[in-house]
Amino acid sequence: MTAVLEVSGLKTHFFTHAGVVKAVDGVDFSVNKGEVMGLVGESGSGKSITGFSIIGLIDQPGRIVEGAIRFNGDDIAGAPEETLKSIRGNRISMIFQDPMMTLNPVLRIDTQMMEAILAHEAMPKRQAWERCRDALGLVGIPSPEERLRAYPHQLSGGMRQRVSIAIAFLNKPDLIIADEPTTALDVTIQAQIIYEAQKLTKQTGTAMIWITHDLAVVAGLADRISVMYAGKIVEQGETDDVIDRPLHPYTVGLLGSVPTANNRGERLFQIEGMTPNMLALPKGCAFSPRCGFASEACQVPPPVEQVASRELRCYHPQSQVAAE
Amino acid sequence: MTVFVIRRLMQAFFVVFLMSVIVFFGVNIVGDPVYMFVSPDADQADIEAAIRRLGLDRPIWEQYFLFLKGAAQGNLGDSFVFGEPALKLILHHMPATLELAFSALFLSIVIGIPLGLFSGLYPDNPVSKGVMAGSILGFSLPTFWVGLMLILLFAVELGWLPSTGRGDTASIFGIQTSLATWDGIRHIFLPALNLSLLKISLAIRLTRAGVREAMGQDYVKYARAKGVSTSRIIFVHVMKNIMIPVVTVMGLEFGSLIGFSVVTETIFAWPGMGKLLIDAILQLDRPVVVAYLMIMVLFFVLINLVVDILYSILDPRVRLQDQGA
Ligand SMILES: Nc1ncnc2c1ncn2[C@@H]1O[C@H](COP(=O)(O)OP(=O)(O)OP(=O)(O)O)[C@@H](O)[C@H]1O
Ligand code: SF4
Ligand SMILES: [Mg+2]
Repeated sequence: MTAVLEVSGLKTHFFTHAGVVKAVDGVDFSVNKGEVMGLVGESGSGKSITGFSIIGLIDQPGRIVEGAIRFNGDDIAGAPEETLKSIRGNRISMIFQDPMMTLNPVLRIDTQMMEAILAHEAMPKRQAWERCRDALGLVGIPSPEERLRAYPHQLSGGMRQRVSIAIAFLNKPDLIIADEPTTALDVTIQAQIIYEAQKLTKQTGTAMIWITHDLAVVAGLADRISVMYAGKIVEQGETDDVIDRPLHPYTVGLLGSVPTANNRGERLFQIEGMTPNMLALPKGCAFSPRCGFASEACQVPPPVEQVASRELRCYHPQSQVAAE
Repeated sequence: MTVFVIRRLMQAFFVVFLMSVIVFFGVNIVGDPVYMFVSPDADQADIEAAIRRLGLDRPIWEQYFLFLKGAAQGNLGDSFVFGEPALKLILHHMPATLELAFSALFLSIVIGIPLGLFSGLYPDNPVSKGVMAGSILGFSLPTFWVGLMLILLFAVELGWLPSTGRGDTASIFGIQTSLATWDGIRHIFLPALNLSLLKISLAIRLTRAGVREAMGQDYVKYARAKGVSTSRIIFVHVMKNIMIPVVTVMGLEFGSLIGFSVVTETIFAWPGMGKLLIDAILQLDRPVVVAYLMIMVLFFVLINLVVDILYSILDPRVRLQDQGA
């Protein structure tokens, strides 16, 4: 399989007055054509910054300090703005969390959709408009002509997020980064949106990175899962493997906090302790203060290790089966 | 929309009525105009004749009633000084004030918005810092002082621009205006600039704050993620959003421009309503003062209405008929 995206050794740091925030600190992963990768982690773990680094939208005081982002073979980390602009929204598009905030409230849907096409391709407006209309039809929006004339506030939250998905697919990109696109929606709508997105990736062969803090969301959607903690990917592997036999204590904790048929009625497990302060990370394994399995060895940052078909940053993998 | 306008007009009518009470009775408290209009050596009979002639012998509520009756027919009383209808006097002086106010509004928009945009986009640029410092001065220096300094510099020292009067006027669309002649424009520049300084500062601050806020919004980041060009983001995405508050506030400030023109007109001897008002106050010419204030109330009410309608056109989220009374 050919990798659409290969991220290696990516480090994106923010140089704030209070100190350096290592939001992304040595991240490696790759996404193949047509593959969906789930990027999971708690709030502040660096998921969004990873996504924004890929499309080159890191603002002051942040910057990519190290690493390569190979997109279709070319390293686009630190590429000139012109190059990045021609990729954004065209070869790599992004869906944001809150459709309420991401669509401009004072511009009509057609304006906001057509500009995504016209920014990359010169064509008659009519033709661009037709493409937008068809795209809205594809994501299951009834009477698209009418919706195109609407302003964002005239659409429901779910409808707006469908519009964002339609925009993401407009230019038939190679990769879509969906940053918690369903977090702001209620559960039924969430399921519909996931369904539409999944259907479209299958149809178009577009690769996707689905960012979420909810393992349950990606369990049914992603081919592979990367679990992120404090700027590093701590466990990465095939979805089924990771869900069935989590190796990293943090993944185990995340899974324990997901309601399932088995633990119904029981008290949900919660990972102890607070999300880490990114300005003062513990020495060694960043998870150690919250980890029940921490040992002397964990005072040294765990390197990435290949365990079975998985990549792992932990000295004490949990599931015995997989560890063999 | 129609319902909204009708409801607003009814509210406006009530406000105007209320103001007429306050203004009429308020003006009647200060000073006794009779002594302004009889010669110092007049005897009691002369004075009483004058009182009767001015209608001041009647009880105040009756005077007010007569005033209302006249007002309903478009007559706001005759000037004590000129003997002409006060309304006619004011309308006669209105074009000069309006052109001054419009020129000032124009200057504040064409100077204030670009400067605010620049300093909002590049807050750390030294030029932006200079602009912000200037806007603080614009806010805090008193209008009359700045007016005098402008005269001193441009009229007296440099001799570039005239400092008094309206200059030549010519007619555009049947309105006599200074803006139609070069001499007129030379005359209006200094007073308009003087009057606009406060509003330029306001426009700068509003625009800058709006730009800074909008640039941090998700919709800007999203537009960037779509590959939209920077100029389109600034002039379409950001400007369209910030024009809403800027237009609203600048529009509402138009009334205060007319109000503040009293000071500027006095300094630059601009023959507008403001100067007429000051003269009328000094001469206790009550009908003119009352008429001026009533016209100003009408202006403010009208401006508010126009701004509300403009606002609803600019901001698709605003539905006028949805707003409660
Ligand atoms: N502009 C910035 N300046 C300083 N620190 C920043 C900035 N932007 C992000 N960070 C830091 O980078 C870290 C990662 O942020 P990121 O937005 O990627 O988290 P996330 O995993 O997407 O979380 P969430 O689930 O809340 O979206 C956070 O600790 C945050 O404080
Ligand atoms: S390395 Fe040690 S502290 Fe870190 S997760 Fe593994 S066991 Fe826990
Ligand atoms: Mg995020």
